Formats: sequence, C-alpha cells, structure tokens
Amino acid sequence: MSHQPEKSHQQLDARRLLCPLPVIRAQDAVAKLKTGDLLTVTSTDPGAKMDIPSWSRINGHKVIEIIEKDNEIIITIEVNQESE
Amino acid sequence: MEPAQEKQFKEQPIKKQRKAVALISGGLDSMLAVRAIQEQGIHVEGINFFTGFCVEGHTHAVRKKHKDKQKRNNALWVAEQLGVKLHIVDVVEEYKDILLNPVHGYGKNVNPCLDCKTFMVKKAVEWIKEHDFDFIITGEVVGQRPMSQRRETMPIVAKDSGGDDLLVRPLSAKQLPATLPEREGWLDRDKMYDFSGRTRKPQMALAEKYGFKDYAQPAGGCCMLTDENYAIKLKDMWTNRSSREYELDDIIMLKMGRHFRLAPHLKIIIGREEGENNFMQGYKNLMVSIFPISHPGALCLVDGEFKSDEELNQALSLVARYSKGKNDPEVTLKVRQIDATEAEYTVAPMLEGDINKEWIV
Repeated sequence: MSHQPEKSHQQLDARRLLCPLPVIRAQDAVAKLKTGDLLTVTSTDPGAKMDIPSWSRINGHKVIEIIEKDNEIIITIEVNQESE
Repeated sequence: MEPAQEKQFKEQPIKKQRKAVALISGGLDSMLAVRAIQEQGIHVEGINFFTGFCVEGHTHAVRKKHKDKQKRNNALWVAEQLGVKLHIVDVVEEYKDILLNPVHGYGKNVNPCLDCKTFMVKKAVEWIKEHDFDFIITGEVVGQRPMSQRRETMPIVAKDSGGDDLLVRPLSAKQLPATLPEREGWLDRDKMYDFSGRTRKPQMALAEKYGFKDYAQPAGGCCMLTDENYAIKLKDMWTNRSSREYELDDIIMLKMGRHFRLAPHLKIIIGREEGENNFMQGYKNLMVSIFPISHPGALCLVDGEFKSDEELNQALSLVARYSKGKNDPEVTLKVRQIDATEAEYTVAPMLEGDINKEWIV
C-alpha cells in the first residue's frame, strides 16, 4: 500500500498590508509548500481580490475559494509546484 | 527512424531553449519588450521589484477618490496578458541605500532614477544566475526619460549593474550595440526596434500591432519619488528627524492624509476620507491618535510628541476643524496613547484663517 504524504493547510495573515505585499507574502509562503498543499490568505486590501487570483493563475496554482466577510478577503489556494 | 533521418538528427545539436527575465513595471514599454522577445521563441518570465514607493497599490487601495480605477496590480495584470510568470521581489530594505546614497544623485524630486535602474538590473543579473536564465530584457527606450534612459546613461546602467551585454532593450536595440544574445543568434536584431525619444507614437503603433488595447499609462512613471508633493513630505520627514533612515510604515504614511508640521518635533496626519481613516486605525497601537467623539470626523495620528499644552491644543483644534462639528462652537475629542489610555478634551474648531500655511506639508 502506497503512503500518501499528508497535505498541509497553512494560514497567512496579510491584514493591514497593502498591494503588493499580500501577494509577496503569499508568494513566499507558497514557495515553502508542496503540490496539493493549501494556503489561506486573509487580507484587508481590496486589490488582493484581483491580485492573488491573478498571481495564482500565472504561476499555475488553483484558487479554491474567495470569501468576502467583514471587510476581509479570504482566499484559499491549492499549490501546484509542477507548472512550467 | 530511417538511417538518413538518424544521421541528420545526430549531426544537428539540440537547440537549447533560451530564457530571459524581463523587468516588468506594469507599463506599456515593458509589455511590448516582452512580446517582441516572446515572438522570437524565447521563454520569458517577469520580475518586479517592490521598493515601497510604487504609485499604484497603496493609494488606490485605500482612497475612494480612486474607486473608479480598477484595484489591480498592473505588473501582475501585464504578466497575465503576456502569459508569463511574474516574480515579485521585496527590496524595501536594500532599496534604502539606493534612495539615501545615490551615486548619480536625484532627478527633479527625490528620484534616484539612474541608481534605481542600475540596482534593479543588478538584482535581475543575480536572479538569472540563480535561476539559470540566459539574459535580461527591459522596456527602456533611448531618450525616453531625462535621467536613466538617455543615450549617455543607458551604457552606465548596463556596466554598473553587471548586466553588460546580457542586457537587451528590444524597443531600442537597433540604436544600441549588439548584445550577446544577438551575436550568438538567440535573437534576430532585425526583429527588434529602433525607438527613441519621448514620443509614444511608435509604442502605441506597436501595441496596436500586437493587439494590446488596455494598458496602463502612468503619467511621469510609476514611482512616488518622482511626485513633487510626495518629495516635499519625504524631505520634511528627513529634515525634522535626527536621521534620514526610514521604515516602510514611514513612507506609506506619507501617502496618507493631510500632513501638518506644527513643530520640528511634531507632525500630525489627519485622514481625508473613510478609506484612509480605516487604514490609519491600524497604526493606533504604534502612534498616539486623536479622534472626535461629539461629532463624526477624521482620525489623526501624531508623529512626534506634544511638548506643550499649546501644541496639544493646536492639534485638537485642527482635528476638530476636519470634523462635522467644524461650524459648531465646540467639539469633544479623545487623545489615545499607544498603551490605550485615553483622555477627553473639548475645544473650539480652528477657523480656516487661523491655519498657519507653514504648517501644511
């Protein structure tokens, strides 16, 4: 029976940071994760709603969910480290 | 494989896929430069440096005034249009030395453009070595900008950055000596351009050729250091502190609110609108704050200290002026210390004529 490595789910608090810092922090966090891991970024910058999904698309990661709640934008990304 | 095919295959070395990294600012020129190189079969990825002085981002994200503008990072948007990866690099700490000690001095305001461009290309040189890329491209155009993009200064950028002949400027390539990628045949010089001068017409024509309809057109560049009002605030901060050293919060705060220099040791920053007030709330645990409680009004952050009751009263009265109670005889405000202790004061709002023009930064 093959052993599947456990997927991790990291949280990143990017509240109060303004563009492009939420993206930079997400980029740095993703660099430490493996394919299939999840990263949830919480931001208060309205620009993050466009920028984090844009960054994810161009780097081959998948946006799983975007939630807007109480002036916060919560974005969950599934990491893909195998994109060309 | 047929013997003839096999012979041919063995005789032809496998052509290596060449890779370039492009400095992507989010403007049109770098966008065109990338596409020109992509069209030659080169794999391109983008790099963007965050210095803390980017025009877009902070102000657009916070201010309602900019609500008509799409809240997007133009460099990311451009990368997506071009189908290239973008690596955003935080250089805030390293950039301090570039701003504080520019070898080639400042431009019209506090813009160390020549040192800045050299620094960014130098960082790109480090990046291509680390990531096994072959060369660097920028959207620079000969004669486009008065400091870093002059015929005399563009070779300085190439030399001082260590980019030398690995630095390709596709939009002005025909105006410049051939680079290594051209000499090696990775790039066809004839398929690059000879743009020069401040006119934007060739870029706009090329944008049309490439089918780029939507692109950012920053007036005067994308850096706050070229902005006269920002430069005045930065110089005021430097003049009135014992050191020119700064932190990221300092330079972001210069983009927020109305700034009043009441004394060399005291400046107050009053939010101009809800977005700024909300953002400034995040600094209440780092700076003393003042806010009206009898009327709706702006949040004020105190940079420095009150050395007399007169200074405190001036600040209170000014903050009262920017509240809904500005025409009332009295406004009650709270002063909140960093440790969250609060004190209440009631003052008359300052009359417009009593605002000392020299306070306004």
